[in-house]
Amino acid sequence: MEKRASLSSVVLPLIAVVLGLVLGALLILISGDNPITAYRGLLSGSLGGSDAIGRTLEKATPLVMGGLAVAFAFKAGLFNIGGQGQLLLGAAFAGWAGYALDLPAIIHIPFAMLLGGLAASVLGAVAGLLKATRGTHEVISTIMLNFVAANFTEWLVSRDGPWKDPEGGSLARTPEILSSAELPRWGPLPTGFLVAVAAAVFIWWLVKKSTLGFEIRTVGANPNAATYAGISVTRITVIAMGLSAMLAGIGGAIQTQGVNGRFEPGFNTGLGFDGITIALLARTNPIAVIPSAMLIGALDAGSTQMQSLTDVEPEIISVIQAMILFFVAAPSAVRWLLRQRDLGDEPEMQLATGWGG
Amino acid sequence: MAEVSDPSEPTEPIEPTEPIESTESIDSDGPDMAEKTARSFDTSDSSPPLLEAKGLTKRFPGVVANDSVDLTLHEGEILGLLGENGAGKSTLVKMLFGIHQPDEGEIYFRGERVTNDGPGDAIARGIAMVHQHFQLVPPLTVAENIVLGAEPTSGGFFQRRAAEARVKEISEQYGLTVNPRDIVDDLPVGIQQRVEILKALYRGARLLILDEPTAVLTPQETDELLAILRDLAADGVGIIFITHKLREVLEVTDRVTVLRGGKGVGTSTTKGATTASLAEMMVGRSVVFRVEKPEAETGDVVLRVQDLKVRDQRRQMAVDGASLEVAAGEILGVAGVEGNGQRELVEAITGIRPIVGGSATVLDQRVVHKPRTVRDMGVAYIPEDRERDGLVGTYSIADNMVLASYNRPPFATRGVRDFDQVDDLAERLVEEFDVRTPGIDVAVQTLSGGNKQKVIVARELSVPKALVVASQPTRGVDVGSIEFIHEQLVAARDAGAAVLLVSAELDEIFSLADRIAVLYEGRIVTTLDPNTTTREEVGLFMAGGGERAPH
Repeated sequence: MEKRASLSSVVLPLIAVVLGLVLGALLILISGDNPITAYRGLLSGSLGGSDAIGRTLEKATPLVMGGLAVAFAFKAGLFNIGGQGQLLLGAAFAGWAGYALDLPAIIHIPFAMLLGGLAASVLGAVAGLLKATRGTHEVISTIMLNFVAANFTEWLVSRDGPWKDPEGGSLARTPEILSSAELPRWGPLPTGFLVAVAAAVFIWWLVKKSTLGFEIRTVGANPNAATYAGISVTRITVIAMGLSAMLAGIGGAIQTQGVNGRFEPGFNTGLGFDGITIALLARTNPIAVIPSAMLIGALDAGSTQMQSLTDVEPEIISVIQAMILFFVAAPSAVRWLLRQRDLGDEPEMQLATGWGG
Repeated sequence: MAEVSDPSEPTEPIEPTEPIESTESIDSDGPDMAEKTARSFDTSDSSPPLLEAKGLTKRFPGVVANDSVDLTLHEGEILGLLGENGAGKSTLVKMLFGIHQPDEGEIYFRGERVTNDGPGDAIARGIAMVHQHFQLVPPLTVAENIVLGAEPTSGGFFQRRAAEARVKEISEQYGLTVNPRDIVDDLPVGIQQRVEILKALYRGARLLILDEPTAVLTPQETDELLAILRDLAADGVGIIFITHKLREVLEVTDRVTVLRGGKGVGTSTTKGATTASLAEMMVGRSVVFRVEKPEAETGDVVLRVQDLKVRDQRRQMAVDGASLEVAAGEILGVAGVEGNGQRELVEAITGIRPIVGGSATVLDQRVVHKPRTVRDMGVAYIPEDRERDGLVGTYSIADNMVLASYNRPPFATRGVRDFDQVDDLAERLVEEFDVRTPGIDVAVQTLSGGNKQKVIVARELSVPKALVVASQPTRGVDVGSIEFIHEQLVAARDAGAAVLLVSAELDEIFSLADRIAVLYEGRIVTTLDPNTTTREEVGLFMAGGGERAPH
């Protein structure tokens, strides 16, 4: 039984990806281009050579963190869709620590990253606390906190903001971070990606092997039984949301410290929401988040190359991603398409479980 | 649990207890049995039985749920379907109702071979099923629920009046009193069940399958339901009645078909059967109904509840000044009609629900609104609703065994779990508490009710406790497991624990309790000695009557 279930949790996402690409090819064909040329461009732009691979990994890094944030919260039965705001907060605070503090690199890099993570975790913990004590649904509160975070970080670097780059003129941004806060790069391999992989392994360990992970999963699976067993649902809900937000926040910090070199509001606006796609594709398994994020990252990284080779708009990538998400989220559609009943009936990640809970 | 019968009492063997290879017709009663049939069904007549299932087999991956099972039901007959949890009763009726398709075998309805491709087919033929968990839409009215899916319409508009009139008509015809305009959500469980039955009758059901219909009912509601079933049968409806309660089987059925391990053990007429003989057919060995227990050797008071006040979910005072004491080495049975504050009383004592007035102490330590603190005071708790509170269904047996001790040595050190230790414990407890499972890694939700409960009992009672709170410990559990769980509770008592047993089953209370407290409207109205009181007297107190004795 178990074997079959784990097989389908690999097979189903793969089928979803293939179906997404096939339908994408059809769309490219309809729009009058050659899908083979387009996909060749996609491939060479994302995996052809060390530059391309580096670009893919760079794109994948915040996606791993965002995906982990969603997947981790889901273990506690929570749906964190505030990744966007948490990421912005992490990026902003890491940016401030990066330019305002003068520390040796060995301290500066982790400190800035952690500060970004902590700032974000406060935002998540607020949503967790509202959920646990007042019953405010976390989907609603995290969406609303996205706006709070977006506007707050924008104000921080605005004309009257405290963290505004004085040399930036009309540009809303922080000053450039010091080189001691910058994440180094080893050839094509960005350090940030290694941090993200380490985070994924840590989260996997935490969920599977630690008592805290057991508490989190118990609250997610059956809050009544958790209470019965003496686990505080309030405490776990706050911790789970806080840690989940922290992951997204560190993703933002990595973006500041490893890619952008400073905080500019409004960068990569979709990142927080891509986390949902990735967590779904990974079926909330922390390790599987890594390849899922790399796939989405590769699609992003290769889209420019694809556009330069053909006339295909990069938006087609969004369509392909949306279709992959659709097929992962609706496995019965895949079963129907393939006339395949035996893909297993293991529990799906039900986005609706949180509603009314 | 059924009536207390002496195991030494000679019981009439109805059928050999060895499983009959049921390739033959199952109506293999001896001639003397046929004479004892309570009602006669014109089997000699050429008219075929209402339902005939022959050699039904259903396999699921790794298990044969039904192995060539036969079943016959005549018009106007009530057939009891008995068997332990996991014997294949549910699978069998799901095939009859079209939820599952049989892998082998045939189903004949009124003499015609049928295949039901789903419940819709079955309903169209006049086969209806009342599930244990009701299939009602709570915010809709009784009439709306009953006509749902086959609404009277005119020009595309729902005819509420017509629906209500039709519902009234059927409900009067069968004596199932309901108010068509009541909102289902507001109705007690017993009435909701009536709505389910009316739904079936509205669709013209001639065969009614009831899956453990009395599990959720109070004794009074059960009596009403049994009367309704008899009326329906008199009207020609054939009824398949699944239950664990042998008393009900004896009271209402005409014949009984027993399943064991997915096979038909046999069918017998109900007349002449006894609880002991039925239990033996189900379990395959004789079952002891009276729990053998020595006199209680009581020690100091462990649990002291004084003038306790607890609110329920709706902020009503569900426990309103209850006082009781339980000493080490005794079982105090709390009898009462459900909904008189049992749940709130138990949850307050175990720290799950806040106490708003009075106090509860365990070994002179005050109970606080913190389940873990209360557990650490030596309190074990077997909750009323095991799926909701007592288990995490998706977790393995092993994880459920350490649900409350996962964070202490040897199961964890410094926040890291030790799975070898957890597995060792689980292996040991599964063995010791006779949990029937292919392994400790199996998700607990796949186990039968009896085995789920054994997992909880094992977890709660495997180490000595000061106080054991057991709420409806054998609800929905098969006969063999009931016996085992009762033995475990008595063993906990004899080991010196104070046991608070809350049960809606008077049989259970009488066979286990050393003292009986009756809970009525949130108060303990009397405490009685089971050796000198009667079921009737306890029943009177449960209903709010009786002489109020000081407690």
